[in-house]
Amino acid sequence: MSTIANPIVAVRGIGKSFGSHRVLNDVALSVQPSQVVVVIGPSGSGKSTLLRCCNALEVPQEGSITICGTDLVKNGQLIPDRELNALRMQVGMVFQSFNLFPHLTVLENVTVGPRQLRKMSKAQADAQAHELLAKVGLAQKATAYPATLSGGQKQRVAIARALAMQPRVMLFDEPTSALDPELVGEVLQVMKALAREGMTMIVVTHEMGFAREVADVVMVMDAGQIIEAGPPEQVFSSPQNPRTRSFLQAVITRN
Amino acid sequence: MTLDFTPVWQGWPQLVHGAVVTIEITAASLLLGCVLGLLIGIARLDPSKRLVYGLATGYVTFIRGTPLLVQLFLLFFGLPQFNILLPAFVCGVLGLGIYSGAYVSEIVRGAIQSIDRGQMEAARSLGMSYREAMRIIILPQAVVRMIPPLGNEFIALIKNSALVSLLTIADLMHEGQKIISVSYRSLEVYLAIAFVYLILTSLTGLLLRHMETRLRAGGVVQ
Repeated sequence: MSTIANPIVAVRGIGKSFGSHRVLNDVALSVQPSQVVVVIGPSGSGKSTLLRCCNALEVPQEGSITICGTDLVKNGQLIPDRELNALRMQVGMVFQSFNLFPHLTVLENVTVGPRQLRKMSKAQADAQAHELLAKVGLAQKATAYPATLSGGQKQRVAIARALAMQPRVMLFDEPTSALDPELVGEVLQVMKALAREGMTMIVVTHEMGFAREVADVVMVMDAGQIIEAGPPEQVFSSPQNPRTRSFLQAVITRN
Repeated sequence: MTLDFTPVWQGWPQLVHGAVVTIEITAASLLLGCVLGLLIGIARLDPSKRLVYGLATGYVTFIRGTPLLVQLFLLFFGLPQFNILLPAFVCGVLGLGIYSGAYVSEIVRGAIQSIDRGQMEAARSLGMSYREAMRIIILPQAVVRMIPPLGNEFIALIKNSALVSLLTIADLMHEGQKIISVSYRSLEVYLAIAFVYLILTSLTGLLLRHMETRLRAGGVVQ
C-alpha cells in the first residue's frame, strides 16, 4: 500500500457478508489525490459493494475506511450520523440508475444539495449549477424535468448534481451500464474531462476502453477480493493472475 | 301506503345544518387523521426501531381490529370515569381522527415504500440526513401518490361520521332522527339523508378527480 501522500480514500482490511455469502474479504485500497482507480471484474465479485462502502451506503463488518484522513468506518463501526453526513458531502456518487429526483427540475436537482446542506444562496447555487450544466453539455435543459431526458442526459445531470457539492472524490457505480450503447460515449466523455481536470475518481465499470485510457490504476476483483492491481497496460497486456486472464478473455471475446 | 316527503321539506334547514356539522366533523377528523397517519406511517417504516415500531403497530392493530362505535363509546362514556369530560364534538373528532389515522398510516407507509430506494440513497449520498431526505426528496413524491387513496379514505370517513350521532352530536344523521321522532316518516327521511350523504361523497369524489387531473397536467405525477 502506498504511503507517498495522504490518500483521499484509504480502505484497510474491510470484510462484509450478506448472510452466509462473503461479498468482501480483506479488501484494501488507497487512492491518492487526482488518481483515477478503475475497478473491474465479473458481476457478483463485490466491486459495487466495495464502492458503496466508500460512502457508507454499505457498512463493512470488519476493517476501516478513512476519507481525507477522517474516519468513516473504524473496525467495522460506522461513525455517528452527523459526522457521516458531513463526510458524505466530500464524496460524490453517481449511480447506475441515475436516481435523479423526478419532482425537481434539472436545475433544482443540481442546486438542492448546495442550498440545503452548504447553505449556499439561491443566486450562488443557480450560478454554479448553470456552470456545471454547461460543463456536462446540458445548459439548455435547466428547466426540464428528468422524465423528459434521455438516459445519457440523465446521467450527465447526475454527475453535475454530485459535482455541485464540490466533493474531494467521485465514485461511479457502473455509470454507463443502464444506457443504450449510442449514449455511452457522451457520459464517458464527461468523465474523461473530469479526470483530466484532476478529479480523484473511483470507477466501477465494464468499459475496458475507458479503463485503458483514463485509469492510473486498474483493480481486478473476483469473489470479494482484489486479485490484481496495477497500471492499465500491465493489467491488460500481461495479467499475472489466471482468473484475470480468463475474465479479460471473456470480456474481449464478447466485444 | 303513500310516501309523504312533507316532513323532509319542512325540516330542510335542520338537515342542511346537520350536513354542515357532518362536513366540519369529517374535515377536522381527516386533518387529525392525516397528522397521526403521517407520524404512525413513518414510525412503521423501520422494524429495527423496536419500541417506536411496536407502539405504532399496536395502535394500528387495535384501531383496525375493533369497531369504530366501540372506540367512540370508550371516549364518550369511558373517559368520564376518570373525570375526563370532553365535549361531544371533541370526542367525535378524536374518535374519528384516531380511527382514520390508522388507515391513513397504511396509505402513508405504502406511498413512501413505493418510492424507489435509489432516491433515498441519492439524497443520503449528497450528505442529507434521513430527516432531510424524507422531507425534501421522499415525502414530496410520496404525497402525490397518497392523494387517490386519501380521497377514498375521506369518502369512507364522511359515511362513518354518521356514528357520531350516537354521541348526541347534531350531525346530518342526528338531525334526521329528530325529524323522524316527531313525524314518524322513517323511510322518507332516511332516503333524504342518504341522498344528502350521496351528494357529499360524490362532490368529494369529483373534487379529488379534478385535483388529480391538475397534478398530472402540471407534471407532478408521471
